[in-house]
Amino acid sequence: MIRDFEYFTPRTAEEAFALLSHYGDESKVIAGGQSLLILMRQGLVAPKYLVDIKGISSLDYINFDMKEGLRIGALASHRAIETSRVVRNGFGVLAEMEQRLASVQTRNWGTIGGNLCHGDPTGDPAPVLIALRGELKMASLIGERTMVVEDFFKNYFETALRNDELLTEIKVPSPLPHTGTAFTKFSLIVGDYAIVSIAVSITLNSNGGECCDARIALGSVAPVPMRAKQAENLLLGKEITDNIIEDAAQIASREAEPITDTQASEEYRRELLRVLVRRVANDALQRAKKA
Amino acid sequence: MQLKELKLTINGRPYNFDVEPKTTLVELLRGNLGLTGTKTGCSDGSCSACTVIVEGKAVKSCSILALQLNGKNVLTIEGLEHEGKLHPIQESFIEGHGMQCGYCTPGMIMSAKALLEENLNPTEQEVREAILGNLCRCGTYPKIVRSILAAAKEMGGM
Repeated sequence: MIRDFEYFTPRTAEEAFALLSHYGDESKVIAGGQSLLILMRQGLVAPKYLVDIKGISSLDYINFDMKEGLRIGALASHRAIETSRVVRNGFGVLAEMEQRLASVQTRNWGTIGGNLCHGDPTGDPAPVLIALRGELKMASLIGERTMVVEDFFKNYFETALRNDELLTEIKVPSPLPHTGTAFTKFSLIVGDYAIVSIAVSITLNSNGGECCDARIALGSVAPVPMRAKQAENLLLGKEITDNIIEDAAQIASREAEPITDTQASEEYRRELLRVLVRRVANDALQRAKKA
Repeated sequence: MQLKELKLTINGRPYNFDVEPKTTLVELLRGNLGLTGTKTGCSDGSCSACTVIVEGKAVKSCSILALQLNGKNVLTIEGLEHEGKLHPIQESFIEGHGMQCGYCTPGMIMSAKALLEENLNPTEQEVREAILGNLCRCGTYPKIVRSILAAAKEMGGM
């Protein structure tokens, strides 16, 4: 049963900042509520003051320009990102990830900002945004700050967002030339939370040979979405072969910290990583070669 | 608890309510209005039996606070029939035996309606993706998919 709360519908971000600042720890933000309402119904979260930001239309946008890259307002729905022409054309992996996120009902109402702020380590967007070098913008009464996506997550369901802040924007720079990014998630039923998820980005030199940048982002295998940095280092400065990818996948699997739960054992998750990091890295490499 | 004013249009009719903020849309529909065509199957947002259409989009009515819909349009299963005549999707489910116990059926039909509003020529894959969230415990999925494809054809697509 959802416990009673006082309810506010600020029409602007500034009104929201004032409310959050005033009510502090006793307040909670709701956007689409597709994650939050489940917790509230179970009594796991029971805020005294609920600040409903879903109506703040100034935070609902998807914009692109060559200089700034892709800028997505925190209140953009998953469905809007999934179907956005700008996203499909220039940042296809984001649309691919959104298409497999939950089901259309959830995507129609749930927002990308809400998903990130929920801080679920099994969330799909985080690994993809990490692979894409995404940055997050947060704001409050006292100002704005920016951080890279991987620094946003602190622990299970715990992010760097202060209680008086709103996440306002997700920024994704235009990919460097010869960059390919791919994503996959493994779940028993399509649309379920990921048992593991993997996003890999590979950038090749202008002569199309050596890898000059690599990111391997993993979800559901640690308290937070993580980068397998040792595995990434293995790819750098080399012409990537099947053997190198194979080794990188093994290392990524060892770097991860999966647990055993009702969905899968720790060992099964490690095995999934060994296989799927290899596949996703290959996909990313092929995309980089064509880019 | 202080009640809040809510204005919304349901199945083409305007309504005014005074609701507790914690009221979900499905509670409003079933409890305040007696529109029990929308079903609650799971209590944790995972079955989509409660699917309705808000501003043209399929959503889970159990997972939306009613107050978020101030000024908006809601369509429920009861709103599909027109002057006593069933909607082609409803007819198609009857003809195609797209149900067994019937519990998931309103949600399935609303998901289908939302899909066909956007795309009158869906592929089978697109139909399956549209109803991906709607669980059917009886396992009627093949006939549900066929009923939706048949409805699309009947409605002038394909």
